[in-house]
Amino acid sequence: MKKQRAFENFVHGIFLILGLITVGFVLLITLYLIIAGIPAIREIGILDFLFNTKWASTASEPSYGILPFILTSVYGTAGAIILGVPVGFMTSVYLAKLAPAKIRTVVSGAVSLLAGIPSVVYGLVGMMVLVPGIRKLFHIPDGASLLAAIIVLAIMILPSIINVSITASEAVPREYEDASLALGATPVETYFRVSVPAAKSGIAAAVVLGVGRAIGEAMAVMMVSGNAPNMPELFGSVRFLTTAVASEMSYSSGLQRQALFSIALVLFLFIMLINAALNFFLKRSKE
Amino acid sequence: MKRKINIALLRALCIISAAFTCALVLFLLVYIFAKGVPNISWELLSTKRSYLTGKIGILPDILNTVYIIVATLVFVLPLGVGSAVYLSEYAKNKRLVAVIEYAAETLSGIPSIIYGLVGMLFFCEFLDMQTSLLAGALTLVIMNLPTVMRTTQESLKTVPQSYREGAFGLGAGKWRVIRTVVLPGCIDGVITGCILSVGRILGESAALLFTAGTAHALNGFFAGLRSSGSTLTVSLYMYVKEEGEFGVGFAIAAILMVLTLLVNLLAAFVGHRFKRRQNDE
Amino acid sequence: MNDIITVRDLNLWYGSVQALHHVNLNIPEKTITALIGPSGCGKSTFLKTLDRMNDLIQGVKITGEVCYKGRDIFARDVDVNTLRKEIGMVFQKPNPFPMSVYDNIAYGPRTHGIKSRAKLDDIVERSLRDAAIWDEVKDRLRKNALGLSGGQQQRLCIARALAVEPQVLLMDEPTSALDPISTSKIEELCMQLKEKYTIITVTHNMQQAVRISDKTAFFLLGELVEFGDTEKIFSNPTDKRTEDYITGRFG
Repeated sequence: MKKQRAFENFVHGIFLILGLITVGFVLLITLYLIIAGIPAIREIGILDFLFNTKWASTASEPSYGILPFILTSVYGTAGAIILGVPVGFMTSVYLAKLAPAKIRTVVSGAVSLLAGIPSVVYGLVGMMVLVPGIRKLFHIPDGASLLAAIIVLAIMILPSIINVSITASEAVPREYEDASLALGATPVETYFRVSVPAAKSGIAAAVVLGVGRAIGEAMAVMMVSGNAPNMPELFGSVRFLTTAVASEMSYSSGLQRQALFSIALVLFLFIMLINAALNFFLKRSKE
Repeated sequence: MKRKINIALLRALCIISAAFTCALVLFLLVYIFAKGVPNISWELLSTKRSYLTGKIGILPDILNTVYIIVATLVFVLPLGVGSAVYLSEYAKNKRLVAVIEYAAETLSGIPSIIYGLVGMLFFCEFLDMQTSLLAGALTLVIMNLPTVMRTTQESLKTVPQSYREGAFGLGAGKWRVIRTVVLPGCIDGVITGCILSVGRILGESAALLFTAGTAHALNGFFAGLRSSGSTLTVSLYMYVKEEGEFGVGFAIAAILMVLTLLVNLLAAFVGHRFKRRQNDE
Repeated sequence: MNDIITVRDLNLWYGSVQALHHVNLNIPEKTITALIGPSGCGKSTFLKTLDRMNDLIQGVKITGEVCYKGRDIFARDVDVNTLRKEIGMVFQKPNPFPMSVYDNIAYGPRTHGIKSRAKLDDIVERSLRDAAIWDEVKDRLRKNALGLSGGQQQRLCIARALAVEPQVLLMDEPTSALDPISTSKIEELCMQLKEKYTIITVTHNMQQAVRISDKTAFFLLGELVEFGDTEKIFSNPTDKRTEDYITGRFG
């Protein structure tokens, strides 16, 4: 009997460890990024690192300013949101409220396929279709640009925005909508005047999730944005926070390598902020 | 009058947006298959890359993908299912549960490039695994843990409390109740978690570039785990971006699209069955 | 007759709500005791206390003493799993496991360490016979138990409880989810089981209490109002509240 109890305690202990392992992983990642990211920031100086506009890591007198990357990430994400959110949101309204059941199934299937396509495939198509397209349309020497990245990101965040907005608008109590319909409002009016305001926290969560996806995407962006460390310009070749890490990691060394870790740390801080915001909106929408 | 126009306009915008989304998917499918399928040949699928003859074969990349999926699932399933069981069967402290769930959410929000970096620092360098499929798989384990955990947790919720009561009432100990009555009931959730993870592993590249590497060597399972190896997705990137082999790139893209379609269909099928079983009870 | 269970000054709280007040009760061996009273009166709570199923609920606090064969079941050295082997439980809603009929019955014996195939076969047949369901399921022992009818499932659950050879069988409204024919089968079964086992059953059905029980306990608002021979309780209750309840004035 005692043996039995000891065994149960042992099993309980094992599951406790398994339960805590997620927390352990988060701590591991945070710790590693801080330990790896701090030294370069200290050596370069935080102000110089964050606000210097020149990144020349392999020059004879290297300069490690990541302002171009930060701004590119911010502009790129903002652009993707501006393009992606209206389309995603409208699609979600159509799916949640207007579409007949059959069409709904087909379109939802298409949306989840969109979510499952690997980012390198988006990158490939962007590289072969978008980049030459932009070059010809705007008569610029190279189409690999911030604009191309924005378009690819806008497409890639569509499924997240659509799915989260659908969940949010489905959570609106039917009584609200019925009340509005009973007052003589048409269905479309009801959705935009009643359902959407009621679901606004959930929709905000969708936008924030889209921001998180866009700012964290690396490979697709790397294939279409040109990768030069310039200050952001819509038609210019640019480098994002994510691609800054990815493009130099394989051949970096010394301070350059450490600076890449620092960039990852900055990216991580952005993500943590976005996560906190996401959590805030998700909680509010549940209430 | 103005009201009517506004309504019609909004409605039209919604329909156009949805149509645009569909058209986009259709375009991607048609474009990739049109460009990719002609480049797929038996030779491409069944040989390895030879630098001597300059011929490209993706058999090693296919095998590497399979290896890394198997290795990741072997680790992530016990961890994910275990933590889900802890949360729903053992944990009593609400604060602790909230902390663990917050950690899981955080993990699912971290971009893959950061996983790649930490994986490289921790598995490849600190644990001295070098650039290897195993290091890549372990990195993917951390990435996919929240997914398996969430799907298992969802299905644990559907195991009726009466099963647990019945087993406890017969004098079964906690572990026996979990093993014989609770776990068999959540198999659907575990399978769903597996499918979603496979989909994510298939599509992953940024986390693998610096952990699993980019080699195209033909290896057996265990030798493969110890050596650097490129999965299909990473190979696509390398062939297109570094070598300009667009034909091979599109061929791999077409294969990946087929696999993505399969994973989606499978997930939909399992999800459907899952729902039906819930309704039966 | 020996008392197999004795309850002394039992109090129970769910968080800050007291659900049982100073319950005192002796249950004689090989009898059927019916627990009656309006919904929420504490009779199910009391029943669950007897094999410590309340342990599974958070925030439960218990004082007082429950002795099974003279030993306090809340004592530190009592193994709750062994206790539940001795005191079996049948639930309101039939709850067979999603396994075959055979595996359902064998679950308990296997839990308590019986591995021999022959022995298990023996136990399964005997338990199913005791629960008067052998003839109905003997050809489908390998089929999933969820395919049985509600009444059969409930008798299967009784058989499952019998398979660990308990001394006491607790039943929490075992027939409330069943049709009249299945109900009368279960009642008949209880009368037979009385030969070997002590049965304590919660019921809402007062005819049922009269039909099958030797002793009746009437609970109201967490208090044991009256306890005695069934005949006496229903013909000549001492307490005014008992009389009001059995004549249908409230509840």
